[in-house]
Amino acid sequence: MTARVVGAPAERREGREKVTGTARYAAELPSLGRLFARPVPAAVARGRVTGVDVSDALALPGVVTVLTHENAPRLAEPDDPTLAVLQGPEVPHRGWFVALVVADSLEAARAGAAAVHVSYAAEPHDVTLSATHPDAYVPEEANGGYPAVREHGDPEDAFADAAVRVDVGYRVPPLHNHPMEPHASTAHWDGERLTVHTSSQGTTVVRAVLAGMFGLEEEQISVVAEHVGGGFGSKGTPRPDVVLAVMATRHTGRPVTVALPRRFLPAVVGHRAPTLHRLRLGADTDGRLTSLAHEVTTHTSRVKEFVEQAATPARVMYAVPHSRTVHRVVPLDVPTPSWMRAPGEAPGMYALESAVDELAEELGMDPVELRIRNEPETEPDTGRPFSSRGLVACLREGARRFGWAERDPRPRSRAEGPLLLGTGVAAATYPVLVWPSTAAAHALPDGTFLVETNATDIGTGARTVLAQIAADALAVPLERIRIRVGSTDLPSAPLAGGSSGTASWGWPVHEACTRLADRLTDFPGPVPEQGLVVHADTSGTADADSPYARHAFGAHFAEVAVDTVTGEVRVRRMLGVYAAGRILNSRTARSQFVGGMTMGLGMALTEGSTMDAAFGDFTESDLASYHVPAHADVPDIEAHWVEEDDPHLNPLGGKGIGEIGIVGTAAAVGNAVHHATGVRLRELPLTPDRVLAGLLEAGR
Amino acid sequence: MGSELGPAGGTAAPPPHRSDLTLRVNGKPHTLSVDHRRVLLDLLREDLDLTGAKKGCDHGQCGACTVLVDGRRVNSCLLFAVVLDGCDVTTVEGLSGDGEEPHPLQRAFLEHDAFQCGYCTPGQICSAVGAVAEAEAGHPSRVTDARAPSGPVPLSREEIRERLSGNLCRCGAYPRIVDAVEDVSR
Repeated sequence: MTARVVGAPAERREGREKVTGTARYAAELPSLGRLFARPVPAAVARGRVTGVDVSDALALPGVVTVLTHENAPRLAEPDDPTLAVLQGPEVPHRGWFVALVVADSLEAARAGAAAVHVSYAAEPHDVTLSATHPDAYVPEEANGGYPAVREHGDPEDAFADAAVRVDVGYRVPPLHNHPMEPHASTAHWDGERLTVHTSSQGTTVVRAVLAGMFGLEEEQISVVAEHVGGGFGSKGTPRPDVVLAVMATRHTGRPVTVALPRRFLPAVVGHRAPTLHRLRLGADTDGRLTSLAHEVTTHTSRVKEFVEQAATPARVMYAVPHSRTVHRVVPLDVPTPSWMRAPGEAPGMYALESAVDELAEELGMDPVELRIRNEPETEPDTGRPFSSRGLVACLREGARRFGWAERDPRPRSRAEGPLLLGTGVAAATYPVLVWPSTAAAHALPDGTFLVETNATDIGTGARTVLAQIAADALAVPLERIRIRVGSTDLPSAPLAGGSSGTASWGWPVHEACTRLADRLTDFPGPVPEQGLVVHADTSGTADADSPYARHAFGAHFAEVAVDTVTGEVRVRRMLGVYAAGRILNSRTARSQFVGGMTMGLGMALTEGSTMDAAFGDFTESDLASYHVPAHADVPDIEAHWVEEDDPHLNPLGGKGIGEIGIVGTAAAVGNAVHHATGVRLRELPLTPDRVLAGLLEAGR
Repeated sequence: MGSELGPAGGTAAPPPHRSDLTLRVNGKPHTLSVDHRRVLLDLLREDLDLTGAKKGCDHGQCGACTVLVDGRRVNSCLLFAVVLDGCDVTTVEGLSGDGEEPHPLQRAFLEHDAFQCGYCTPGQICSAVGAVAEAEAGHPSRVTDARAPSGPVPLSREEIRERLSGNLCRCGAYPRIVDAVEDVSR
């Protein structure tokens, strides 16, 4: 493929709709007789519903019906038990939905929900995670299908014998995805057809799940996600809103919208589970690692097992002969955790890259050089060759751009009045994922081309980059490509998740367009009235085993100012350099990298949720208490990339860019705080109370 | 199906209080009978089908619902519609007037790729329109130099960040948004 527009900074195709307010999201589809439904969350952390008194609610003007486990339609058991809403009286955690009020206005639904009286038989609950919890166990595997435990050599003995040792613990709190558009679904029946508009990262799975639960054929269902207001993992699979919307439309026969209130989200859409880390690094005096142990303890709910795979990046990063990585999980009476941007890598690399920084300090070595010294020749865990590995290039390029060479390595070496200044570095990695997908490319008689695939644009610019891929494969200008995504009526495609979207969807788009171009070359005469179409399906190709270890890498650099009076940490500048294969749209790619780094800044400094032990609830459940970074928190952020030509990925050569930006950011900020203050804080986020306590404890 | 249907609009409880009001939205007058519980955001979205203003939190915490009322930016989720009789409301749909050409800020957002998912975008843009006008009118912010002479406040990047901090963006488009606003306010 001769690149002409791939790589170019093409403008977002749906941009004009978004800036003029005409882009419609899932709750924004008015239809005659539409109803609004509001769920009622459980008010106990564990127990059973013993009665639901709906009489006051039903007496309110505008309330149409109230669904509870006693009258809701019975559904087939879903694979994901978090979707089995209103199917029984059990309350597995606070916030689990126990009723749904359906009304003819938003106001009536809210008043109705407040008037539903639920009685419970509450049972004692336990929501407190600790590394010594008696119920902790080692699961079979962690999220992503990774084995829970991997061991090479004898890490205990090697650690005991190491010349230089670091043995430290880190804590990452629960984190919430909080996309700006809360989860919402609008469903309606038209004869025997069900149409659902939902805020989802992938509608193919939504349709399959709904068909199974409601006993329908997939052909009877259309699921549409035209515009999606962010997801960050929390819309990766269906959430209860879509099940409730379909249930309510089936029960009432009218279109129904379920738009979840913001503060309901933490309990029902998944969260990043808290992780407790123990890191043991042993090295010789030259800084070569001899032993690495990363042990993670996390929580899951009683509804299903989800294990944040936070020890897995230690299997990829550094050359070390003796290693042990292990995950342990404690089932508690908590909401069910799930994917949040870079599950595993984000918290795991915070801990690992902080520990590497501590080791550099112990060794008196530059932390960039320490990382380069431990660069592996093959993937440490599997021995497989890397398809490409650009970590060293990223570290060197980042150090050059950031001005790392001028850094005085001594902590507390720079001050401005009461401010202490410091800089930090951390590495990043994210696996290359790709799933089979299908696409269709049509040549139309008017000289344009229509490309169809059920990709989802959650803000990544999927439409735009797929059009670029199609234009190059067809060797036509970008303006002649039309693109349709975001509906199950289109050729089937996997979700926007795991940084896999562009590779997964772009592969069959490229293949279909390439074959269509060939057909047009051989085709006698003009394109017929009905057009010409080519379908492509990458099953068996995209998911074929690779002999290579395939990962993206990156390096993060941050400069902070720590106020010794208030304890406030401010990031002054951040810089990321990535080796993520070929960058297919420089404009949208930069936005994604910077967006990931911004979420990483939040993880480092402002974002943290806590489980209230008494009430069994997230205390920070809305945007006033859970602090996502605001404008004033975010300095100018630079994102760069190194050229990488990796022939072992996919025809486009991209590795995926949606998640790696968050991965090393928190560690880089934390390491900068240590450089500024000389104090090592090992629990996120680095809020003023913790920073001040740390400074006081250190006598500073 | 439907065996539990309640008396929608029935007599078991008194009907909610309603009032008639007239307000101008994007230059057009609308006379409506509104439920006293209805906030401006829901009036725009549900009664007028203007869904550009977004519902991100319904609690004034995210700014996605920002619109201009009589030229000043407000969180429309916090404003009861019934108090707005006679007011002039501008939403993202009305920023460009009747013209086909988008407002300069809308164009700047496109040029700078100052958004990803687009959900906070209408609020960011309306908020920026309000912020630029406030600075021009000489309203100081927390970061404005108190010793500076009164009069229009130049919008440095720091000023823009401060003044737009009521508008959250989870995609992290902040630096690009500042670029876009700086571009237009220069």
